[in-house]
Amino acid sequence: MQVPILKQRNYLIATIQSALTDADLLQLRDELTARVGRFRSLGVVIDVTVLDVMDSFAVRTLRATVHILKLRGAETVIVGIQPEVAFAMVQLGVTLDREATALDLEEGLVYLDRQVEGSGRHGR
Amino acid sequence: MAERRKGSTSRRPMGANVPAASLSEIVAHLRQNRTILREEWARRITEAQLLTAMTSEEIFAEATSIYDSYVEVLESGSVEALQAYARDLSERIIPRGVETHEVAGMVLLLRDVLARSLFEKYQGDFGLLNRVLDAYEPAANRVANTVAVGFVQERERIIRQQQEAIRELSTPVLQVRERLLILPIIGLIDPQRARQLTEQLLQAIRSNRAKVVVMDITGVPSIDSNVANYLVQTVDASRLMGANVIVTGLSPEIAQTLVVIGVDLSKMDTVGDLQGGIEKAERMLGYKVVPADETL
Amino acid sequence: MDGNKRTVQINVDTDIVTARQEGRALAASLGFSSSEQVLIATAISEAARNILLYAGTGTITSSYLEEGSKRGILIVVRDEGPGISDVAQAMVDGYSTSGGLGLGLPGMKRLMDELDIISEGGKGTTLIMKRWKL
Repeated sequence: MQVPILKQRNYLIATIQSALTDADLLQLRDELTARVGRFRSLGVVIDVTVLDVMDSFAVRTLRATVHILKLRGAETVIVGIQPEVAFAMVQLGVTLDREATALDLEEGLVYLDRQVEGSGRHGR
Repeated sequence: MAERRKGSTSRRPMGANVPAASLSEIVAHLRQNRTILREEWARRITEAQLLTAMTSEEIFAEATSIYDSYVEVLESGSVEALQAYARDLSERIIPRGVETHEVAGMVLLLRDVLARSLFEKYQGDFGLLNRVLDAYEPAANRVANTVAVGFVQERERIIRQQQEAIRELSTPVLQVRERLLILPIIGLIDPQRARQLTEQLLQAIRSNRAKVVVMDITGVPSIDSNVANYLVQTVDASRLMGANVIVTGLSPEIAQTLVVIGVDLSKMDTVGDLQGGIEKAERMLGYKVVPADETL
Repeated sequence: MDGNKRTVQINVDTDIVTARQEGRALAASLGFSSSEQVLIATAISEAARNILLYAGTGTITSSYLEEGSKRGILIVVRDEGPGISDVAQAMVDGYSTSGGLGLGLPGMKRLMDELDIISEGGKGTTLIMKRWKL
């Protein structure tokens, strides 16, 4: 299942629409990496609102994605982790403590704006 | 007359498997005498002053259902239907204030009423009576047991549910400013309460779009691994939702205890007292609290 | 087919999603809260993942569980893989946050109420997980 990725100014917004298989997650990672490179995006929002389970593979892959995108010059924020999912993740013992997270798309964009401003780079 | 013929099974050689035939006799007898025996039972219930919380119509209605289920269990040997009925019955009468001894007493009375009836019928043939009782007793005891135990278990289940509800009511999450939640925790934290507190807070973070939570543990009397786990879990889970947690009410001694338990306090934002925590939260949110006379 | 029992074959990664969705659906029909459903689904997801990683193939069966007045869900995870030679050790080694090593058994145990393991080196693994309704 392809995850739709929208381009908004200097940002990419990937909105997950349904349960993702492992292959889908890896594909998302690769798609974002390619597009960040192509569009020279400064920020990426990955919206996981719809995901009802974030298991160890999902978390590992998202972590890897954030780091790869950072190497490509983009800040990434993961948004929309639901209360029940956050609770389950903590019980399972998987965390995203070095990756940026925000409540929802709106907050995610606010976060990216601050990051981009702070780093002194301004949009093209 | 027909029963006499069925009674000829008593002339089977010893050692043959009689109980099945006896049971079907018993069942037939109980079904035939349903009206009389049921009334007798209802009378004895009232006489023993059981089920006083129910009207006599209600008692009769339940007595009918139980009687029929009882006979069915004797016949089929399967307690599942009876278990289901026992649960259902308990769910209905527990809120009415019916006590365990009343339920146990009532079911035992039925056993007695039916046993007497069998005594009466087979008193002429002691050998046959014994075989009939051999068949009847284990089955009847299982029924009594099932109903009484079912009642007690249902009560326990309801009590657990109520405890859960009480726990939920006892900790409010306060929103004092936009994007800022305060969670004052009072009392002991056990794993069940910890789970409930965390879930409540996470839901509140979403509905209030909170960015900072000030969690005050001044009112938690003892700091142990349950509390430590709860704190760490809450901080981690809140962060996943984009909210920072400031823990307040930590004295140096408590901080020391937590470190000894193994909590990495460097990953946690802590401030000594609630007021300090709120101020820090406000700074984080970009609020500046200005004394009233300066705003003029 | 008993409507209260669902078995999923785990052979490929898409089966992980199927297994956890089936488990969640059953949990929902049993009256578990949404939050509990997520915990159960997450445990199933991890267990399914372990099957693929270590055994290649296996099954996950979710069913209704009853013990006295307690009602709940039973998840049985089976594979014919290499087995766990030191179960006690496996229960201690959890995931590290760098992720990946270990079976995540302590994590699964936190997600469910009970977790029992029947396994021997070379003889496959059976996980029995239970979660009770409040």
